[in-house]
Amino acid sequence: MPPQCSPPRGGGSRHGGLATREACGRVTVRPVERPERDLAVQVYLLEVLTGLGVTFRHFFLNLGRHAAKLLGVDGEPGSVTIQYPEDPPALGSRARTRHRILRRPDGAPRCAACLLCETVCPARCIRITAEESPEALIEKRARTFEIDLGLCVFCGYCVEACPVDAIRMDANDLDLPAFDRKDMIWDLRRLMEET
Amino acid sequence: MSVLWVLAKVAGGLGFGMIWAAFLGWVERKQSAVMQDRIGANRADILGFKAIGLFHIIADPIKLFTKEDFVPQGVRKAFHAVAPSISLGFPLLALAAFPYGGTVEFLGRPWSLQPVESPMGLVLVLGMVAVGIHGVVMAGYASNSYYGLLGGLRGASQMIAYEACLAATMAGAVFLFGTLDLAEAVAWQARMIGGVLPAWGIVLQPLGFVLFLIAGAALTKRTPFDLPEGESEIVGYHVEYSGMKFGMFMMTDLIESVVVASLATTLFLGGWHVPFLTAPGVSGAGVALPPFMGSALPAGLHGPILAALMLGSFTAKVALVLFVLMQIRWTLPRFRFDQLLDLGWKNILPLALANFLVTAWAIYLAKAWGIHIWG
Repeated sequence: MPPQCSPPRGGGSRHGGLATREACGRVTVRPVERPERDLAVQVYLLEVLTGLGVTFRHFFLNLGRHAAKLLGVDGEPGSVTIQYPEDPPALGSRARTRHRILRRPDGAPRCAACLLCETVCPARCIRITAEESPEALIEKRARTFEIDLGLCVFCGYCVEACPVDAIRMDANDLDLPAFDRKDMIWDLRRLMEET
Repeated sequence: MSVLWVLAKVAGGLGFGMIWAAFLGWVERKQSAVMQDRIGANRADILGFKAIGLFHIIADPIKLFTKEDFVPQGVRKAFHAVAPSISLGFPLLALAAFPYGGTVEFLGRPWSLQPVESPMGLVLVLGMVAVGIHGVVMAGYASNSYYGLLGGLRGASQMIAYEACLAATMAGAVFLFGTLDLAEAVAWQARMIGGVLPAWGIVLQPLGFVLFLIAGAALTKRTPFDLPEGESEIVGYHVEYSGMKFGMFMMTDLIESVVVASLATTLFLGGWHVPFLTAPGVSGAGVALPPFMGSALPAGLHGPILAALMLGSFTAKVALVLFVLMQIRWTLPRFRFDQLLDLGWKNILPLALANFLVTAWAIYLAKAWGIHIWG
């Protein structure tokens, strides 16, 4: 039989359980054994002590690490907290942050004003007006290109939709908040600035 | 003079509770943070000086006092206004009954360190805590809100269950000491078993101590016993309160923790006794100075130093119990209500009564056969 008859692996498979079931004509069942509750569990007090053991271990271990740091000894950190404004945020290599518009070799924005990103945007936060490009080989260019970051949901569809690789979301810039909604709308000039 | 001294002692007792309550707010944040690999509140500063978040102790009341004290339309105004005071005030008063130290000699007269020297101290403490619950019920009723009322009813039901349990868990210890006077109970624990082990309640009543700690934790209505509050389901009896009135309810839980910790210290951890410095009859205090200190200092100063030793010992023991209570609070999830009542009525109460029966028989038989375990 084709491989789709094996039970679906993982939760996020696009060809989820239903299609597989229809193809094979049977339902895959994974029996889950209920854990036996023996006396030690039923008494509960022992389980409480186990839990307290875990929390006490963490408490004293972390306390020791904090003390070691205070004394200037290098070692494991006592907490996983990132003190955001002071410490730099730890971003993943594929983190989606705010957009940036890439340039052609001559410095002009790559955007061809095809409006695909504006069309695909689920938050409708992109607004482009197109104009004719003065260059012979390029048909259109963006006269204005605005992204309302107050509406953006950071889904990255615009990046995937762009046919000329003009927009990316790798600026790694989290300093977006503003005191006015108008200031959340980024225009072409701001989007092209290097960070 | 003696009236002034008693007033000063009562103020000291209440201050003991208030300072602990403020400090516990910080302890709660930091302890939970450290055990959960976090840092905890550390932003409040004075001139850039942060003191590991200790200034949040000041920031909290400033915020609570300056917030709008909103009284919703439709609440029963008189009850709504009185409830927080009842809830906070009576547990605070209970703190006036504890022996924070024995009696010391200073300036040619004895000074007792127990604010209210009552032969019924234990009953006074239990009574005050029980009256304090009326504040919770009253708040639920006065809120004129189903959620508040549910919280108040839960509080009442829980308190009836666990007040009974608490009294039963202490019955063994009280029978052993043969007194309801808290100072006498502490004095009893000065004796030694076999000359090495202090005859504290925890040694002679280990089961009673564990059960007492569980029932006491339930009495403070903090997690895992915070059913009256139950913020994820009913928000609780203080749902219609804001500002400092809400803050008083929050403080009540901490004050009750201090009361339970003080009670545990007094009955089970030898009160103000310092281990291995105990000597019955020495200077009427039951605590002797360490030998190197006694010879080096003038005799007139022995009283204050003894007092400091006793107060320090009592505070340290209370701190230890509070630390354990806090750790339990941040380890366990909340019980379901039927589980809570089952735990109280079907488990703790029978075990506590069995503990009492065994204790009573053991004392009777030891007397009948003339066995002396302690000197």
